[in-house]
Amino acid sequence: MSVLQTNGLTKRFGQVEALSGVDLEVDKGEIFGFIGPNGAGKSTTIRILLGILKATAGEATIFGQDVWHDAVKIHKRIAYVPGDVNLWPNLTGGQVIDYLVHLRGQKVNQERKQHLIERFQLDPTKKCRTYSKGNRQKVALVAAFAADCDLYILDEPTSGLDPLMERKFQELILEAKAEGKSVLLSSHILSEVEKLCDRIAIIRDGEVIETGTMSDLRHLTRTHLYVETEKTLVLPDQGIHEWKETDWGYQFQVDREVLDDVMQAIAQAGVTKIESAPPTLEDLFMRHYDVGEGDV
Amino acid sequence: MRAWFSRTGSILLWQLKQDRLRLVIWLVPIIAVTVLTAILFEGLYPDEGDRQRLAQSVLNPAITMLLGPAYGVEQYDIGAIMAHQMYLFTALATAIFSILTVSKHTREEESLGRMEIIRSLPTGRLAPLAAIMIHHTLSFVVLASGVGAGLYLLSVASISFEGALLYGVGISAVGLFFAAVTAVCAQLAESSRGTISLAFFVLIFSYAIRGLGDVSYDGLSWWSPLGWMLETRVMVDNHWWPVTLLLVMALLLTGLALYLNAKRDLGAGLLPARQGPRNASKWLQTQVGFTVTMQRVSIIAWAVGMLIFGATYGSVLGETGTYVAEIEIMKEMLNIDQLTGRALIEEFVSMLAVIITIFATVPVILSMYRLAKEEKLNRLESVVATATSKQSLLGIHLVIGLLYSLIVVSAAGIGMGLMGQRSVDGLQFMTVFETMMAYLPAIWVMLSLAALCVGIGRWLWITWAYLGYSFVVVYLGGALEFPEWMNKLSPFEWVPSLPVEDFKLINVLILTGIAVLISLLALASYRRRDLAG
Ligand SMILES: Nc1ncnc2c1ncn2[C@@H]1O[C@H](COP(=O)(O)OP(=O)(O)OP(=O)(O)O)[C@@H](O)[C@H]1O
Ligand SMILES: [Mg+2]
Repeated sequence: MSVLQTNGLTKRFGQVEALSGVDLEVDKGEIFGFIGPNGAGKSTTIRILLGILKATAGEATIFGQDVWHDAVKIHKRIAYVPGDVNLWPNLTGGQVIDYLVHLRGQKVNQERKQHLIERFQLDPTKKCRTYSKGNRQKVALVAAFAADCDLYILDEPTSGLDPLMERKFQELILEAKAEGKSVLLSSHILSEVEKLCDRIAIIRDGEVIETGTMSDLRHLTRTHLYVETEKTLVLPDQGIHEWKETDWGYQFQVDREVLDDVMQAIAQAGVTKIESAPPTLEDLFMRHYDVGEGDV
Repeated sequence: MRAWFSRTGSILLWQLKQDRLRLVIWLVPIIAVTVLTAILFEGLYPDEGDRQRLAQSVLNPAITMLLGPAYGVEQYDIGAIMAHQMYLFTALATAIFSILTVSKHTREEESLGRMEIIRSLPTGRLAPLAAIMIHHTLSFVVLASGVGAGLYLLSVASISFEGALLYGVGISAVGLFFAAVTAVCAQLAESSRGTISLAFFVLIFSYAIRGLGDVSYDGLSWWSPLGWMLETRVMVDNHWWPVTLLLVMALLLTGLALYLNAKRDLGAGLLPARQGPRNASKWLQTQVGFTVTMQRVSIIAWAVGMLIFGATYGSVLGETGTYVAEIEIMKEMLNIDQLTGRALIEEFVSMLAVIITIFATVPVILSMYRLAKEEKLNRLESVVATATSKQSLLGIHLVIGLLYSLIVVSAAGIGMGLMGQRSVDGLQFMTVFETMMAYLPAIWVMLSLAALCVGIGRWLWITWAYLGYSFVVVYLGGALEFPEWMNKLSPFEWVPSLPVEDFKLINVLILTGIAVLISLLALASYRRRDLAG
């Protein structure tokens, strides 16, 4: 069952087409990663989902309701954390958290709030103007997770957190998932996305170019190989990337389609050592990004 | 439809909570100043004769242009004096309060990204805008009651309950009107600075056309909300319908703002952003060029504004002459039978010059305070991290402030000089121009004080307070009979009032010297202190 769905979402800013037909679907209880290069349209998509921007064309629903028309109803059950958090300078973090939770129409669960504050080691008595970037982000995170929500929409929520706090954030996300909640996570920290997300969409130039689970996506991509052989290795011309000859062996990446040919060639050269590694999300990402560079 | 306004109440409480101090700082002084001046006027002008003398001294086109027409001059009682001397300026204060507060809670919230967080919650799309309008309605109900009650409780014979109430309601209605104007501007402009500039433009325009209308062009005042407010003829005839007109217009403008807000995207103005050049020009690459470019539009706008401001006053100088010739009694009252009309005109020229140059100081201070704003927005770090020193930054802002003062004062001087020359026989362009330019050293003292506040990094309000004080001295110092030392605290009082007095080089040199000294102090303290960002 999907909690969030978009269909041919398009957004134009004057002449610029920021989104051209984005299709997404987030299922209940899953963590969905949303990645793509700068300016690809992640934040624009998220702002449309929040009913803050109005889509030029296409439709988007959350909990089966229209994101523009039913924004208020939807927002009672979602929480949003932006990457760049700006707060009211002359109020304390604690005041801001209470306010934001209250605006959602929920009673502030002081116990839960206190628990989160301790977890993130936040001092809620400081004025917002004195918080560091990471601490402002913690305020937004505590305000989001202190309320009881079904869907979390996070736009680079950890861009200011230290590694320790980032881990606490990841635990929090996994706990939310265990409770059957859904998460849409946009991030540039690919290791985080790889670790947390059940499914991932890659967006580029306003279009979703890949969607699927990590293993689906791996299918589409290359395997890392390191081999040492007795004889000189001769490989097919097509489908080999990042070729590197070292003193002892060869290091390269192989497209899936030619993997069989390559394995045969290696066997014929008399293999003495072979190591293979699955592609990382970073490889995937770089590959898509590189292709993009060609047509800029 | 109700969903569009969801949680307006919570947002309203939140805005009021943030504004606790701001409301006290603005509303209490407005009430206090109103009541105190009424008390002072009563003490200073106890009998009929005193009041008539005051009436004759303020009955001329230049004053009418500044304050609005005087009603009930036949018996210029305390009520009529208040209505003539204080009503319009108090209304300007409420309008400024509205402009600053509304833009803070609308466009500024939006451009800083806070509105995005609010809107991701179950709040209506129009709730923040609706909340700020309710916020102002409530604040102005308080202000109207405060001012009304304060004036009435003085139990001055000439201030009836109705008059006191209408006085409070009138200035509040203007405040509410400009709150609505600012709400519309916030939908059109893309930054809070743009919103404030646009709204101030409307305010200054309303003030200026009302001035022209009151003096020479019948009917023109009907195009100005301030004209409507004056049409209440408060304390004298107490018309209520112009207030109703103001409130209805405020309601319509609020509706327009809500409509525009509903139509546009968050963060966007209604005017789409264009593409810009790929490279920075040589000029823009220098620190001076960069700073000037950032201020270019505002410099041009202020120069044009001051030119028109000066020209407007210059064009009514002629009326002053005719006016004086017509009113025999005025000459007697003022004991000026020896004075020709010309001498009186020169008197006005020098009075107007102070007022105009005090206005011209505002953009100069604003230009200096941009440096503080840059610091607050964390944009200075990356500049100071290059081979640019902090002193040179402040120094450049001082130099630009100096040039800025030359530009705006010349513009006003040219405008008033040219129009004055045309409307008054024998009035020399240079006479007017020199009178204006003589005030430059006083502006420089203000500029250096602003630099010192930036240098120290706090108490920026001091310069505004000092400028405000200087204005009060000129504006009310005479009527309230301030002691001489209080007048002399203002740098503008040290400048020789030219066509009337002789030029005193020594005063000008001392003022300039003080400005230089304070500037050096500013540079030294700026170099020494930490930057916030
Ligand atoms: N208000 C606007 N006016 C014009 N163009 C805009 C506006 N907002 C966004 N864009 C354009 O839309 C495109 C997508 O921007 P968006 O902010 O969604 O990117 P993003 O994927 O979030 O990037 P990042 O990773 O840097 O956060 C960009 O090309 C951007 O320039
Ligand atoms: Mg983004």
